[in-house]
Amino acid sequence: MADTRYTKDHEYIRVADGIGVVGITDYAQQQLGDIVFVELPEVGRSFGQGDEAAVVESVKAASEIYAPVGGEVVEVNAAIEGEPAVVNEDPAGRGWFLKLRIADAAELGGLMDEGAYREYVATLG
Amino acid sequence: MTSASPENPNPAHPLPGASGEAPLLRTPLYLRHQALGARMVPFAGYAMPVQYPEGIIAEHLHVRAAAGLFDVSHMGQAWLTGPGHEATARALEALVPADILGLAPGQQRYALLLNAQGGVRDDLMVARPADPMADGRLFLVVNAACKEQDWLHIAGALPEGVSLEVEDRALLALQGPQAAAVMAGLAPDVVELRFMDVTETRIAGIDIRVSRSGYTGEDGFEISVANDDAGALWDLLLTAAQVKPAGLGARDSLRLEAGLCLYGHDLNQEISPVEAALTWSIGKRRRADKDFPGAIRVTEEIARGPLRKRVGLLPEGRAPVREGAQIFDDAGELVGEVTSGGFGPSVGAPVAMGYVVSEFARPGARVHVALRGRKVPAAVTPMPFTPHRYRR
Repeated sequence: MADTRYTKDHEYIRVADGIGVVGITDYAQQQLGDIVFVELPEVGRSFGQGDEAAVVESVKAASEIYAPVGGEVVEVNAAIEGEPAVVNEDPAGRGWFLKLRIADAAELGGLMDEGAYREYVATLG
Repeated sequence: MTSASPENPNPAHPLPGASGEAPLLRTPLYLRHQALGARMVPFAGYAMPVQYPEGIIAEHLHVRAAAGLFDVSHMGQAWLTGPGHEATARALEALVPADILGLAPGQQRYALLLNAQGGVRDDLMVARPADPMADGRLFLVVNAACKEQDWLHIAGALPEGVSLEVEDRALLALQGPQAAAVMAGLAPDVVELRFMDVTETRIAGIDIRVSRSGYTGEDGFEISVANDDAGALWDLLLTAAQVKPAGLGARDSLRLEAGLCLYGHDLNQEISPVEAALTWSIGKRRRADKDFPGAIRVTEEIARGPLRKRVGLLPEGRAPVREGAQIFDDAGELVGEVTSGGFGPSVGAPVAMGYVVSEFARPGARVHVALRGRKVPAAVTPMPFTPHRYRR
């Protein structure tokens, strides 16, 4: 069963069998507004926890997407490069960014579960 | 995810006033923006709607296709008043290189407040009322972020008998190809106006000052109205089926596609009108008489050409290039900098403007814009990116 964890920077990672699907939360896509460009890393690259892994550009600004945990990129969602608006439409589903082979599952422990993230977003107003 | 933009430097605290700075000012339409679900951001000391729920791209495209209604009440409005047009016009001409003396009744003109070195302090609109009873009066509209300094600067430079009265009024902009059809049903006389004409009239009993102008490249109107009447006018204009509210985000992407400068980004105290490709705003008589601030530099640049010039840039690919990005030539030499850049919803691709050394200020010149450690090829291109559709 997949377990989804969240960062304070509004990335999610949905973990199953040692692989984490990384994307941005619905709150993040709302804050960004219309997304017009996504830059994804190459498959095979490795990131440490908190490293810049991708870039998302809205009409107004560029934002960095950080690796929620360390790991190696095993797949990227090329569909959102061609159609970035999918990230606005379905951030938790078709709008995912990349899949990581998680290096150290212990790093997941420092992330928020869904309830904690919901409370965190509520404090942002 | 972290992001920053000029409107929202602290995305973790997007709500107005939440960052502990001075409380933000509100326009008379603040509650209406909230009721419409706008996202409010700090801009020039005001809480302003950056977008409504439909989003920047939808608002942008709606302005190009039909009509959008903008609240731009944060801008500065003032009357310059003297004993007659000549006295008032000459007082303003001491500060701007535009031909103000030659402004006919009922006309508006774009002007630049220059410093002594010929740099741009602000850009503004100057209107001479159509009403002969208003002889000697000029209506000024300046940028929100500059207005306090502008008023001090102008008031401090006026001769005896000419005075500045700052007005606290709302300003709405109705922009788009359907704007005239919307106004036709409300104030038929404004439909006769041509681009940059002004008049005073009434809509549903509300006194308004109207200019046929805007900041989108589309036909449209800018409407100055008393604060107490602003809500009623806003509501009335929004009842038209063609009209949707549009925020500062769409205003920025529309003006960028239209090739129009944003003060503090594409214009500043170091940049001259000639470098900014705004030489057209300098009156012929003014060039000959050289009687405006910075005239030595400006006339020299007109004669010999400026060292750098504002140009349009079309980057290859889909990645937007942003303000501050450096521009290089094929050999890797630094030749300029992007001053405005983003995604052009009507163009369907990234668009930008910036300053390049004059050698590259020609359509088709190839340059390379730095982006996240690499360089994106870009073509220097004429502006606007989308054709102006003014009613000439």
